[in-house]
Amino acid sequence: MTKAPKKQKKEVKTTGHSWDGIEELNNPLPRWWLWTFYGCIVFALVYMAAYPAIPLLKEATPGFLGWSTRQDVAKDIKKFDDANKALEEKLVATDLTQVSEDAELYHYATSAGAAVFRTWCIQCHGSGGQGAKGFPNLLDDDWLWGGDVETIYTTVTHGIRSSADDDTRTGEMPAWADVLEPDETKSVIEYVLKLSGQDADQQLAEAGAIVFEDNCAACHGDDGTGDRDLGAPNLTDAIWLYGGDRATITETVTKGRHGVMPNWNARLNDADIRSVTLYVHQLGGGE
Amino acid sequence: MALIDKHSVIERNATLLLIFALIVVSIGGIVEIAPLFYLQNTIEKVEGMRPYTPLELTGRDIYIREGCYVCHSQMIRPMRDEVERYGHYSLAAESMYDHPFQWGSKRTGPDLARVGGRYSDDWHVDHLTNPQSVVPESVMPKYGFLKRQLIDGKYIEDLMKTHRIVGVPYTDEMIENAKADFAAQADPDSDYDGLIERYGDKVQVRNFDGQPGISEMDALIAYLQMLGTLVDFSTFTPDASR
Repeated sequence: MTKAPKKQKKEVKTTGHSWDGIEELNNPLPRWWLWTFYGCIVFALVYMAAYPAIPLLKEATPGFLGWSTRQDVAKDIKKFDDANKALEEKLVATDLTQVSEDAELYHYATSAGAAVFRTWCIQCHGSGGQGAKGFPNLLDDDWLWGGDVETIYTTVTHGIRSSADDDTRTGEMPAWADVLEPDETKSVIEYVLKLSGQDADQQLAEAGAIVFEDNCAACHGDDGTGDRDLGAPNLTDAIWLYGGDRATITETVTKGRHGVMPNWNARLNDADIRSVTLYVHQLGGGE
Repeated sequence: MALIDKHSVIERNATLLLIFALIVVSIGGIVEIAPLFYLQNTIEKVEGMRPYTPLELTGRDIYIREGCYVCHSQMIRPMRDEVERYGHYSLAAESMYDHPFQWGSKRTGPDLARVGGRYSDDWHVDHLTNPQSVVPESVMPKYGFLKRQLIDGKYIEDLMKTHRIVGVPYTDEMIENAKADFAAQADPDSDYDGLIERYGDKVQVRNFDGQPGISEMDALIAYLQMLGTLVDFSTFTPDASR
């Protein structure tokens, strides 16, 4: 037989419930707990009065603070816009080529431009502006469409082959497999390799020179140095957007290339576009 | 104290306890959920929304199948940092045809609610094939196999019918022409007037992956390129009471 449980020192009443001889003590709730509980109820009532809470027929009670997430975010954005307003207005009003003469404005523009660049541009052009295959390096002094501020500004604003903007830059590198005979394609590729100073089949390259003159020179120029009005790259240097080896050039010539850059006027305001233009311009290759 | 003493009746009767518990939970549920269906400021309408085209809907299914939502959300929250980075905050009505919705705030990858038009199709192909080739810092896995899996929209009619059951307003005409619309959107040389007529002129018709045939890559890029492009926020005035 087990001993009967010892009686507690302090006499506590039981609730009167008893199951198999087990009794339930009726201890009072700890005071700290009880007061926290009452505090929570009071807090809930105040909260319900202060913030949108109780749904009525058409809308919920708005609360005496007039709080709304949309107003909050609008206010938050406005605070920063207001702080930058003077400089942004000045930036939009100043000719792009003149900005660098105003040290404070130029500092603001390039810093803001760096932020814009890191948010919107690095996915294609790389976090350092170094580019990737098919997406131009912005650090060098080789430019497809031109590297002075005005030209960069136009490119950023309207994009390249962007279907959403009628003023976008357009240049056409068609799929030459549809136009040229296979042996013509082959020879012109050798000519392009020769142009850029790489090992090429001299005989084929000679034949390719004629094909080049008839088909490619219209955009890339008689000497293959390209044409910035058409976005046609210089083929005589060692800088390649997609690659300069025989296999990649073959792909480029046969299938064509239509790299697209979005028109940023739909997403960024003029001050942002000007900032990022100036940032890109000072990265190293600006003209 | 007469009523309070009655709780012993509930405590001793499991069925009664269950019934009362159910009633309490139901009241909580009704009070919290039901008003969302009629309150004016929670059912804000917005201009420009349309159901997904067959190709986009297929792309959306691939997006869900590949678990893109595990890392990418589609909900720009009303906070300055998110609005500055991704664009206008998302509206509930923008996911009105999403079954299931893609909301979330866990972002291993960036939010995609407004990714449409932000990058070129070529970039998407390069990035899905090998994300690190364009974004060296990325931890995203490779999805190049999507390019090799050709699809013909075999089940697209059933998929659209299912979406109609849960409330997406696909018309009979849309479902009848589902397969034709599916093929037309990925082929700029096709006759896609019907597609535009049915889904509006914001539908983008292109060969999204740049290779012949319709691949899963086509469908996924078609979906990604339309995300967040339907509502014109230059003409949208937010209701301040939210």
